Amino acid sequence: MAGMTAEHEFPRGGSTLQDRMDRLLRRVRNVTLPLAGIALMGAMVMIFNYAPEEKTQGIVQKIFYVHVSSAWSSYLAFFVCFISSILYLLKRDRAWDLLALAGAEVGVIFCTAVLLSGPFWGKPIWGAWWTWDARLTSTLVLWLIFLGYLLLRPFVGEGERGARFAAVVGIVGFLDIPLVHLSVRWWRTLHPDPVVMNPEGPQLPPEMLQTLLVTLAAFTLLAVSFIAVRAELERLRDLATALRGRLRESRQ
Amino acid sequence: MSAAKISCTGASFGAVTLAVVRKDLRLEWRTREVFSATVVFAALVLVTFNFSFEPGQGAVERMASGFIWVAFVFAGMLGLNRTFVTEKEEGCLDALFLSPADPGAIYLGKVIANLIFLAVTEAAVLPLFALLFNFPLARAFPTMLLPLALGSFGFVAAGTLFAAMAAQTRIREVMLPLLLLPACVPVLIASVRLTQAALEGLDLESVLPWVGMLVLCDALFVVAGTFLFQHVLEE
Repeated sequence: MAGMTAEHEFPRGGSTLQDRMDRLLRRVRNVTLPLAGIALMGAMVMIFNYAPEEKTQGIVQKIFYVHVSSAWSSYLAFFVCFISSILYLLKRDRAWDLLALAGAEVGVIFCTAVLLSGPFWGKPIWGAWWTWDARLTSTLVLWLIFLGYLLLRPFVGEGERGARFAAVVGIVGFLDIPLVHLSVRWWRTLHPDPVVMNPEGPQLPPEMLQTLLVTLAAFTLLAVSFIAVRAELERLRDLATALRGRLRESRQ
Repeated sequence: MSAAKISCTGASFGAVTLAVVRKDLRLEWRTREVFSATVVFAALVLVTFNFSFEPGQGAVERMASGFIWVAFVFAGMLGLNRTFVTEKEEGCLDALFLSPADPGAIYLGKVIANLIFLAVTEAAVLPLFALLFNFPLARAFPTMLLPLALGSFGFVAAGTLFAAMAAQTRIREVMLPLLLLPACVPVLIASVRLTQAALEGLDLESVLPWVGMLVLCDALFVVAGTFLFQHVLEE
């Protein structure tokens, strides 16, 4: 447990927003991380042993569960980044910036998983690794927007200005998502229609739907744990920098 | 804090906006730095297109709006970068930080000035395009004005916000396209589609959704920019 040693470093019992956030993140992570592990194992078993094999697509179709769940998790993480960015600009508390950064990073990771798992399905089914279909394109654009967010931060330099600029990109980028979606969709579409959130009700066989829901739950737990752990890591980095500064002062 | 800022200047929102526009136009009129650089750059983009695609007459018709917009976007980014890099180097950005003016008004002033620069560049590049590719633009020009105006505005509204940030990073010119290009995908798609429709003489009614898309993008970027600029202009 790498986290155990770290916990001694946290100032305990404080009442600033950062202290409360530290405690909340630790509590959330302690619950969601083991649950995510169990749920992921359950999801794997269901995907391969419970859900029926699709008639025409065969085994490749099983990517669908991971693909859709990753997409959902990336949106969730980007939403966390969006809300935290707004709160950071309003309150100017580093705690919100840590959460925004964690959201953006985890979102990019899951978005990468979407972009990687897609082609493995696309190659046998569509006959091409990549097509400029609406949803592929808009996911790629979304990925690029938040990659810009992550690229911007180190180049602004350490400190509060980087957090401010990143928050601006996080807010504008997230608000841009519906416009990107709509414009690219009008541009063209080839992707299979939604089978779950369909106006005529879910069109999946019940076993497939149950498998998808379990995978979705597992990935949600995983995304939440990742965000909490990532924010905690950044917090530890802050503390380490502060301690290093104090050490240098005391030597002089 | 921002309320106190406004009250102690007495200058209204509009007055600040106008002052920034006039400052930028005067600066540009005296140096002609941005204009000469962007027009030459846009011309080079068109020449490069010609060599890389070797488009025949039919191909030019199909790709005309794409050519035009890529030239505008590249040249526009060059111009957007220049306006803030100059300000950063000459200390004007610091003066703007310190001034008690409303940051939203400064942002709008910069947007209007940058829009004028881009419009002038477009006015120079379009005839050049028509000339180089032997393309009859004049007929479609009136209908092209709508996508040109709406598309340029959206691009500049987002670009001004991002350029102000990019100018304050260590890699300046490199940062702007990384932020601006993905964010401007909807603006670019809609502008290219509308311009193409105008060139092909389609009635605007069939492409009305794209007009709506551009208006939405413009509104989002300009509102976000006006409210968020205070967080970019700060030391």
